Amino acid sequence: MSIGIHEFLTISGLLFSIGMFGVLFRRNTIIMLMSLELMLNAVNLGLVGFSRHNNDLDGSLFVLFIITVAAAEVAVGLAILVTLYRQRNSVMADHLNLLKD
Amino acid sequence: MVASRSPVNSAMYMIATFVGMACLFVLLDAFFIAVLQILVYAGAVMVLFLFIIMLLDMDQREDLRHRTIPSMAAMIAFGLLLVIVLGFFKGKFEGEHLVEVQESASIAQVTDAQKWESGSSLPYSTKAKTFGYGLFSKYMLPFQVTGILLLVAMVGVIVISKPHKAKGEEAEPEEVL
Repeated sequence: MSIGIHEFLTISGLLFSIGMFGVLFRRNTIIMLMSLELMLNAVNLGLVGFSRHNNDLDGSLFVLFIITVAAAEVAVGLAILVTLYRQRNSVMADHLNLLKD
Repeated sequence: MVASRSPVNSAMYMIATFVGMACLFVLLDAFFIAVLQILVYAGAVMVLFLFIIMLLDMDQREDLRHRTIPSMAAMIAFGLLLVIVLGFFKGKFEGEHLVEVQESASIAQVTDAQKWESGSSLPYSTKAKTFGYGLFSKYMLPFQVTGILLLVAMVGVIVISKPHKAKGEEAEPEEVL
């Protein structure tokens, strides 16, 4: 193989940065949740890369837990979104200012 | 993905990203995680996202032009994080290639009880069997905690998404199909 861990870490860092950019930049809460998923996925890629590099299965096992927690988090987040949409008729983060005033 | 205006387009790009990520996992010889990635993310999570997008019927496009301060902050944070991450790894693992996976002849060979006592870890393997062994021996407690977490999430979602009853109103019995 000609590719090393460096390339995977670069892609992982890039995807994490894009995910964080999405969370900060977008106002649509659904897309913010998607960007969160992207960040978790980037961490997964880094973990598997290091796990492969160090010849150690622990990182790959940790990825399984991350995937499970991410799935649970998305389910709860989308349920909260549906409830919010029922009340405010919008999913934009600008309109979710109930605690502001 | 983060730049497209319509949420449905964004979700489609997200699915493409997840499939590409699964290809990267295959390149890392993590076949089990690659399959899991497709099944859980592209299969379940994105279907959930698309279902919610369809359910909420969002036709309101967000206007990204008049938000200079948050977008500037996001840009700066993006660039800073990118520079830090890439600079941190630069030259550190340069030229180190991945070695071939050494598959152990039998799983019993690497998993005798003495090694677990000393807190050592399993060597990297492409087999799903080794994943199962690791989950059910070394990571037994986190595995069970994850199961409880899934249960809590399920109950929480059901409670959250139940129709909210006004106070004093009699709770109507659920319709039986």
